[in-house]
Amino acid sequence: MSEQDTATDRPARGISRRRLFGLAGIGAAGVAVGGVAGGTIARATDDPAAEAASAASGAIPFTGEHQAGITTPQQDRLHFVAFDVITDDRDALVKLLQDWTAAARRMTAGQDAGRIGAVAGSQYAPPDDTGEAIGLPASGLTLTVGFGPTLFTTADGRDRFGIAGRRPEPLQDLPPFQGDELDPARSGGDLCVQACANDPQVAVHAVRNLARIGQGLVSVRWSQLGFGRTSSTSTDQATPRNLFGMKDGTDNLKAENSSALEKFVWVADGDGPDWLTGGSYVVTRRIRMEIEAWDRQPLREQEQVIGRTKGTGAPLGQKAEFDPVDFTERADGRFAIPQDSHVFLAHPTNSGTAILRRGYSFVDGSDGLGRLDAGLFFIAYQRNPETGFVQVQKKLRGDRMNEYIQHTSSAVFACPPGVRDGDDWWGRALFEE
Amino acid sequence: MRVRDRRILLVAAGTVAALSTAACNGSGTSDGGSEAKDTIAVTATDTACDVSTDTLQAGTHDFTVTNKGSKTTEFYVYAEGDRIMGEVENIAPGVARSLLVELPAGDYQAACKPGMVGDGIRHDLTVTGTSAQLSDDEELSAAVDGYAAYVQTQVSSLQEKAQEFADAIKAGDIPAAQALYPVARSYYERIEPVAESFGDLDPKIDARENDVEPGDTWTGFHVLERDLWQTGDVSQSGPVADQLVSDIADLATRAQDLELQPLDLANGALGLLDEIATGKITGEEDRYSHTDLYDFAANLEGSQQAVQSLRPVIADRDPELATALDEQFQAATAELEKYHTGDTWATYTDLTQDQLRALSDAINALAAQVSQVPAVIAQ
Repeated sequence: MSEQDTATDRPARGISRRRLFGLAGIGAAGVAVGGVAGGTIARATDDPAAEAASAASGAIPFTGEHQAGITTPQQDRLHFVAFDVITDDRDALVKLLQDWTAAARRMTAGQDAGRIGAVAGSQYAPPDDTGEAIGLPASGLTLTVGFGPTLFTTADGRDRFGIAGRRPEPLQDLPPFQGDELDPARSGGDLCVQACANDPQVAVHAVRNLARIGQGLVSVRWSQLGFGRTSSTSTDQATPRNLFGMKDGTDNLKAENSSALEKFVWVADGDGPDWLTGGSYVVTRRIRMEIEAWDRQPLREQEQVIGRTKGTGAPLGQKAEFDPVDFTERADGRFAIPQDSHVFLAHPTNSGTAILRRGYSFVDGSDGLGRLDAGLFFIAYQRNPETGFVQVQKKLRGDRMNEYIQHTSSAVFACPPGVRDGDDWWGRALFEE
Repeated sequence: MRVRDRRILLVAAGTVAALSTAACNGSGTSDGGSEAKDTIAVTATDTACDVSTDTLQAGTHDFTVTNKGSKTTEFYVYAEGDRIMGEVENIAPGVARSLLVELPAGDYQAACKPGMVGDGIRHDLTVTGTSAQLSDDEELSAAVDGYAAYVQTQVSSLQEKAQEFADAIKAGDIPAAQALYPVARSYYERIEPVAESFGDLDPKIDARENDVEPGDTWTGFHVLERDLWQTGDVSQSGPVADQLVSDIADLATRAQDLELQPLDLANGALGLLDEIATGKITGEEDRYSHTDLYDFAANLEGSQQAVQSLRPVIADRDPELATALDEQFQAATAELEKYHTGDTWATYTDLTQDQLRALSDAINALAAQVSQVPAVIAQ
């Protein structure tokens, strides 16, 4: 019997990475001569109570009516990845989605990506987990999958997987917008996975393992790290600041407002093909911020561009962050909130719609011109991109903020509803029914 | 020629195992000896590969290959998955050469390769009769022997071509040296993990400028590459060329005593693909000449030979993997062949980012399968 078989006989399924680490540590203690490593291991397992899930380190349920990672209270870190499918074999794609679902189920529970684990397998086989999350808790990891327009029909019009007829009508490339500087190499994609966690290593570990499992079937088209959330998706969360130094997402759709979610976020029965009912559309835009230029602007200019105060985040003319936005309020004979400010143009009262924003700040090194390559990786979920992001973005033509930003990538994906149970898998309804 | 001598040795070694089992089953259909049971005439031209028969009896055969074409040719006998059962390289026009090869029952292909490039002109061969069923250990040791023979043919050709390359440099013939550079390297790149196993030789033969330890002298192929393509001055390059020939002679000597384990083949095959995935796909290996695709093709071929030497064992233990390996080697080769015209490979810098990505995807898909081989061999 091979080592692999032996390993699968162990109850690996239920062992978290932390627990596994603890067990390994006990074994190692016999040979280790005291030392730092032993002490560290002891700390991780000393107190079972410490393992009790805190909000930041606990596990988010993987199954449910909707996918996790949309209305889940927004985690602090992001690794978003878009894949091209490089096989034309429908069965291979289905098998991959099943394998990914199994790995996602384990990783979101704080377990290794594979059944055997990072260190328990054959000495001669590549491990079925890459190992960098050993000892780390689930960290609120969510993995959210989406299907791009090109999965249904390739750019040159081929229906590779026999699903062209199942493409929801709203799933199409976004129209061009003023000021777009899109890089095709980091736009689009056949599949996407949004990994959010409270520990960046856990998010990267998840994406890396999905890419590893998909070798030969998918190829990473582009990927984006986000180091800090720029929205809140729950009323329990404080509003974070983006790289303009401004509070962002004050008036975002929140998990607690279920009627608004039904109206603006979840695809309803009858909206389109059944397989997407209970799902959502995600739009991603990599928005480069000209932060050096921004940082030279007087405080007043910054506040006028956005339409909120920098300190409390209150709408201009108001006192506190959550004071209602009042576009009729006047100050010094002019509207307190300028009509070309971002808040004025983007606010639901003007755009006539709402989207659930879930963006992250990024700094991708520097641009060779003495500037940080920094900005906001914008993510928004909506029931229909046309009446969601597109409708909002069209209103932003005259946005004063446009002087300080550039959209450098664009993508849209249809995110199926949640994985229902232990037998369900990502996209089952799309491929099977 | 040394190539043939070694092949005979290999056949002789291989028959020890075959003989003993053949004797037990008493089939008598295989004479099992190293004496050829017959001579099969092969006439190679620039457009045809005429083999005097389509069906053979299991046993040892003597293929006599006559090159009636205008290009130098090669002759191969392939088993399933393009596993080389025997080969003769460098058959000049007008020359006849002979290849002794032992073939158990099964389906094979003979191939002539006019111009010594590409898949060659194939001719199906069916070998009938009862073959001895080798034990796992025997199969593994046959795999190692087969691969060791492959290494020897590559090393011999490497010595030959490196000498021609050095001669061209010392004659100051830059166009000839430039044409020989990627060709000579190919023989090295096919078996690079073997050279690397000797530790000090690979840095002497194949170091890039930034790989050289402070205080050490930079030697080998890439110094000459720089002289040929960047400075365009080979007037001082003679000693480096001589040193290269002598280091390669050293490699040849050491390779004769090479002791390989089956796992070395599996790991070497993966190592060659990783070479492509990390060094060739980025164009950093041949940074002056941009002849990276020659190296790429050679790494791929070398990897395939190492894996296919193990194919009978893999096919026994994990038939699905054996098939997947065949398919992925074929797919990667097909992707690369897009950049092959006649006997030249496209210049690395002429490939677009999309083309490089397609190559990278193909290599990664293949490497994912090859990475499963060591565990299967170690079972």
